Amino acid sequence: MTMPLLQVKDLSIRFGGIIAAEDVNLSVNPGENLAIIGPNGAGKTTFLNICTGYLSPVSGTVHFMGRDITRLAPRNITRLGIARAFQIPQLFLEQTVNENMLLAITARHTSLSTIRPLGTSAFRDEAADILSLLKVADFAARPAQELPEGTRKLVDIAIALALQPRLLLMDEPTSGVASSEKFAVMDVLVAALATRGVSSVFVEHDMEMVTRYANRVAVWNGGRVQKSGPPQDILDDPEVRRTVIGH
Amino acid sequence: MTSDLLLIAALDGIAYAALVFLVAVGLTLIFGVLRVLNIAHGSFYALGAYVAASLGIGIAASKISPWLSYPALAVAAAIVGIVVGSAIERLLLQRIYDKEEVLQLLVTFAAFMILDNAQRLIWGVQPYFVATPLQLLGNVQIGGITYTVYQIIVLPAVALLVLAGMRLFLRRTVSGRVILAVAEDREAARAIGINVPRVYLWTFVIGSILASLGGSLASPTTSILPGMGTDMLVLSFAVAASAGLGRIEGAAITALLIGLGRSAAVYWAPELDVLVPYLIMTLVLLVKPQGLFGTLQARRI
Amino acid sequence: MGARNIVLLVTAAVLLAAVAWLLPWTRTFLVIAMSKGLAALGIVILLRAGQVSFGHAMFFAVSAYAAGFASRMLGGTDIAVMLAVGIAAAAVLSLVVGLFVVRYRQIFFGMLNLAFSMVLYSILEKFFEITGGSDGLRLSRPSMFGLVLQRNDFDLMLVFLSIALALGATLAVQVYFASSYGQALRAIKSNETRLEYIGVSARLVLLIGYVVSAVTGAIGGVLLAALQGLASPSFSYWIQSGEFVFIAILGGSAFPAGAFVGALVYEGVRIYAAAFANDIWELVLGLVIIGIILFAPRGLVGLAVETFASPRKREAVPDGSVPMTNAAPAKGSAEQ
Repeated sequence: MTMPLLQVKDLSIRFGGIIAAEDVNLSVNPGENLAIIGPNGAGKTTFLNICTGYLSPVSGTVHFMGRDITRLAPRNITRLGIARAFQIPQLFLEQTVNENMLLAITARHTSLSTIRPLGTSAFRDEAADILSLLKVADFAARPAQELPEGTRKLVDIAIALALQPRLLLMDEPTSGVASSEKFAVMDVLVAALATRGVSSVFVEHDMEMVTRYANRVAVWNGGRVQKSGPPQDILDDPEVRRTVIGH
Repeated sequence: MTSDLLLIAALDGIAYAALVFLVAVGLTLIFGVLRVLNIAHGSFYALGAYVAASLGIGIAASKISPWLSYPALAVAAAIVGIVVGSAIERLLLQRIYDKEEVLQLLVTFAAFMILDNAQRLIWGVQPYFVATPLQLLGNVQIGGITYTVYQIIVLPAVALLVLAGMRLFLRRTVSGRVILAVAEDREAARAIGINVPRVYLWTFVIGSILASLGGSLASPTTSILPGMGTDMLVLSFAVAASAGLGRIEGAAITALLIGLGRSAAVYWAPELDVLVPYLIMTLVLLVKPQGLFGTLQARRI
Repeated sequence: MGARNIVLLVTAAVLLAAVAWLLPWTRTFLVIAMSKGLAALGIVILLRAGQVSFGHAMFFAVSAYAAGFASRMLGGTDIAVMLAVGIAAAAVLSLVVGLFVVRYRQIFFGMLNLAFSMVLYSILEKFFEITGGSDGLRLSRPSMFGLVLQRNDFDLMLVFLSIALALGATLAVQVYFASSYGQALRAIKSNETRLEYIGVSARLVLLIGYVVSAVTGAIGGVLLAALQGLASPSFSYWIQSGEFVFIAILGGSAFPAGAFVGALVYEGVRIYAAAFANDIWELVLGLVIIGIILFAPRGLVGLAVETFASPRKREAVPDGSVPMTNAAPAKGSAEQ
């Protein structure tokens, strides 16, 4: 049996009286696209926050490629190969989309410099490739604060992709993206993840997205992983249908 | 002899802490509700002291009872807080609530420069000293030490009254609860029909009165000099930040901590007395960046 | 950084040098303006990260005193040594203070800097035997890169040196702003969370900016001390820090050269205002800061750029663009 890429053991965290996670055990295997579904406020984003070091759990551990990353800072976890796209896009608003991308690519490749200008031509090409993959290349020269909501989401994913992670965590990746666009974008994104050997975890409310792109689904409810398994089994489960999908 | 020194240092520290607390609690109240750190806050302290001194001189010059100098201290605080406080809030702060935090800081800093200059224009740079309120009440013996009643009884009593009064006002009265509601969630308060701009004005005036009261009460105990506002601003910030900005009861405790720390330094390491408050703040913030009683809030992402 | 921009800055520097050459009475004024401009340049660097320091004068003072001590210990010295010692002292102090203050932002950053500068001020005033107390530290006129000069020649050379250093610092800061650390510094202002999530330490980025900003201030402090033959506690007083912030905002905090435009205008007005407005100087400054923030937030250079930029350049935003705004568009309102 291969070692899981990400392994979470006995994870617990609570805020005041609310239990966001309690004794959660979950792992992500290489090559997997794991969807996490569940009602709002169940702690799905908290789970991503813990995996990336934004929050510390009360108890439990997170291992990435066999290494304990439980209390590392986000930047150290990022440098180990976990990138994240956010529910609320996190962009450098004053800078252009291109500068956003180049900062990410530069940070991945080399230590930063106080003298060399941001972005070599190789980095610029790489940024352009990723932006066109996500169909936002037209916005490259625009300041991020001018972008429409859906575009922001995609640029946020582009930045995460530019970090060339082993594991990409996404929080409702296409919420706010026009429905005419989102499947086209996700098709190329998921294909690109496969060719690059990147595994992914995505929090999702849209069951059609789950069916199309996940090869495993975990149901998060009341701070626990209620069930996990292949998409069809999970989505057909009567209890899941009743508690999560709502019909 | 050492135990006497210890006692004197403790009494000094308590008297001083009472004054610092009054200023710091105003700063922290304004911040808690308006989310603006008022750098001009130190000017209210200085103005309170100068106005109180002028009133004191006026009372001494006329033939009326010197006991009137006590109400004069309160009157000075009220005048400065209401007149200058409401002017600053209405003319200046109202225009910047939706601006970047760094711009808000710059604007209150500019207000500080203006008030500091105005104060020098009116009162000049020569020191004032009006000790009538200190002398009238005489002294008291505490453990063999003679200390002024004003500093060791009146000042701490006023500080405790303000602390208790603030608690009662904020928790038990409608106005107080309205202020708390705005501090908790500005938008929600607006949605349920609270007049937020008016709450801001009231809060700012109350906070300013507290700073001016600190100044007017301090005026009998010290020479009134240019620069006293800056020192007190930074000190009260040290107190408020060590407690956690917005924490009223916490500010009382850190004021005592910093007051005692400073007076200990005055007796045992006089060259360090200015440094001690900042050292305490630095240590607290290194260990708990949100202050001793503050809570850390993660940004939603 | 375009060639046009370099030509413009060099031309401005040469013009200033020519003024100093032809009009001896402008020399003192120009050295003061350049030294305060250098300190304000430090504020511009911090504003790039969305931070403001109300205690930046501490680096201005510490470099002046360090240069003074060096001069005293060596029994007179060279301007190059003074600059080296001053810069080194400010770099060390900014590293130590910086390690602490870069953990904080906004209010805390500004106020902690103010607190540190006040500590320095009281140390300079209190330790009389070492620092000369409130009278300050006298220093003899240094040699100018090995040349021992008379008063007039020294002043002229000092102006040239100040202008050259101001030009060099402006160009260096422009290079820094365009570099990856410079871009990361700007990113602190809009989204520190994302910065951490691309694997960059926001604190390290800000610390580098802080040290660079202290060094530009340090150059200014040494120049002013050399001009006046004196380093005094007022170099570190909060009003001095306020002046630097004022100059940066006046010139236009988005432009490194703005610091010097701001300083020239500020010192120029001050010379003429001193006669009739000396007593209300800070009051006027305060009102002008408020006026600029409310009505011309991009400062003098920003106004000039808006006025003189060619129409083509102003409309460089492609058609169909969303108008520039700080607020995020409402969710789902503008899907392509």
